[in-house]
Amino acid sequence: MASTAVPGSSLALARLSARRVLILGGVALIAGGMLFGDVFAVFVLHQNGAQTGEALLAVTRAVTAHDSSAVKEEFGRIGGLLEDHGTKLDAHAHMIAAGYLALMLALLQSYVAFNSKIRRIIAEVFIAGGLLLPVGIFLIHYVGLAYSPFKVIGWASVLADSAGALLIAALLGEAWGLWRYYRGKRADDAELLLPLDTSWERRTLLAGGTVLILLGFLYGAWYAGLDLYQHEAREKTILGAMLKTSAGGGDAAQSVGDYGKLQAEKAVDIAAHSHVIEFGLLAILLSLIQPFVFLGSRWKRFWVKLLLAGSIILPVFVRLEMRLGLIAGGIADIGGLMVLIALVGMLVGVAGYTGALDAQPGRAR
Amino acid sequence: MSANKLLIFGGLMLAAFGMLYGLHYAIFVEHQTLDRMGGSLALAFQDAAERDLPAAQLAIDDYADTKYDYVRQIDAHSHWIGLAMVMIIFGAVLEQTAFAERTRSIIAIALALGSFSFPGAVILQTWTHGSPFSLALAAVGSALVIGAMLAAAVGFALQRS
Repeated sequence: MASTAVPGSSLALARLSARRVLILGGVALIAGGMLFGDVFAVFVLHQNGAQTGEALLAVTRAVTAHDSSAVKEEFGRIGGLLEDHGTKLDAHAHMIAAGYLALMLALLQSYVAFNSKIRRIIAEVFIAGGLLLPVGIFLIHYVGLAYSPFKVIGWASVLADSAGALLIAALLGEAWGLWRYYRGKRADDAELLLPLDTSWERRTLLAGGTVLILLGFLYGAWYAGLDLYQHEAREKTILGAMLKTSAGGGDAAQSVGDYGKLQAEKAVDIAAHSHVIEFGLLAILLSLIQPFVFLGSRWKRFWVKLLLAGSIILPVFVRLEMRLGLIAGGIADIGGLMVLIALVGMLVGVAGYTGALDAQPGRAR
Repeated sequence: MSANKLLIFGGLMLAAFGMLYGLHYAIFVEHQTLDRMGGSLALAFQDAAERDLPAAQLAIDDYADTKYDYVRQIDAHSHWIGLAMVMIIFGAVLEQTAFAERTRSIIAIALALGSFSFPGAVILQTWTHGSPFSLALAAVGSALVIGAMLAAAVGFALQRS
């Protein structure tokens, strides 16, 4: 393949190949998802939890007052609050997951045996699906069932499900391209193999990412073995006590408080587990795209250190939120911001890529 | 099949399977499950307001059973896709460990088996609540994944620049 850089200028930007579409789109989706997550954590999460607690307390008071219609009404409010919380969390998680998949597909482009036009179309379909899926999920709470011909599925859900179908179609397309390569087909304008890179940045991200994933798995196994079933049993016990107290005319504020504390314990356990693994995956993925980050070594190292530091600060301080309260939450948010800034720094480097690597020999055979 | 091909193809298949499961779940199961969960919790409190505590307890039991399934169905979906990503990524980088192809193959097989079986065992728990077989399968699956990750970490640590 000829160089995709503009001839005669080493500083010109490379044209958007399928790989660059996936790298740029993937990093942008991850950065967008993380920014949304930080905004959600600061402005929505705790406020939503407090409102849910208030609504649950109102339910217990309605029980004490023998007012079952008020119980139903308050539960409608709780349902709305839970949907608001759940859809924002899902939008955050799915946007980042789509970004990770995009980066992975970028790494496999040398082995996708389609011509460059088809590869790019598949890449664009994937990024479009990765963007529309979280948008659809986010809108579910606001659009509801307005103008929907279905009983329980609204137009925003239709958008999200259609975007999910786009992602699946693109993924199957990539798998078909890989299968063609495996069967001996080769594209004349195939993407070049990733250069063999043993730089400090790559090794540090690779080793750091693997350790982060391992820590996340161990923590997850510990949580599933020791906390999951205990949490489920505690929830049932607390709800039973809440019902008995309020039906007996007592104040169930203590049970409502216990219930809120239990939900917070579960949330921090799951958030710490999932974030440390996600950051580990991110570090390994970013280790592989380092040759496409068009920055000086000093800046590349700085972004690597910032990313790994943020990757450990966020899950550790999320876990400490139950002990240290909002201070730990604030530090965790700063950790997330550090990862986000490092990502944007690398994204700038990828956007400034000149195509120099594409001018080197090394096509997948 | 080499270790990297096994991980990349296996990972892509697992990711597609996890997404198809998620799509099927979102369209045909999730809304109904959430309605049932919310409905039984609301019913429990309505029964309590009418001072029918046995009925309230039954509704709480129904809520707990539905939530038990819901948590595991979501966990299986997210773990299938998450582990598929780990497989694909390791398919791309496993050659950079200091190990020979045979050791890499053992790591790849352990990771693939664990990635398929662990979320599968989690789903199995929704059909056989708390059965020892599904719990043991989940433990073995997660041990395979952790063992493979540990071996890969050692391999990367032994890698020379």
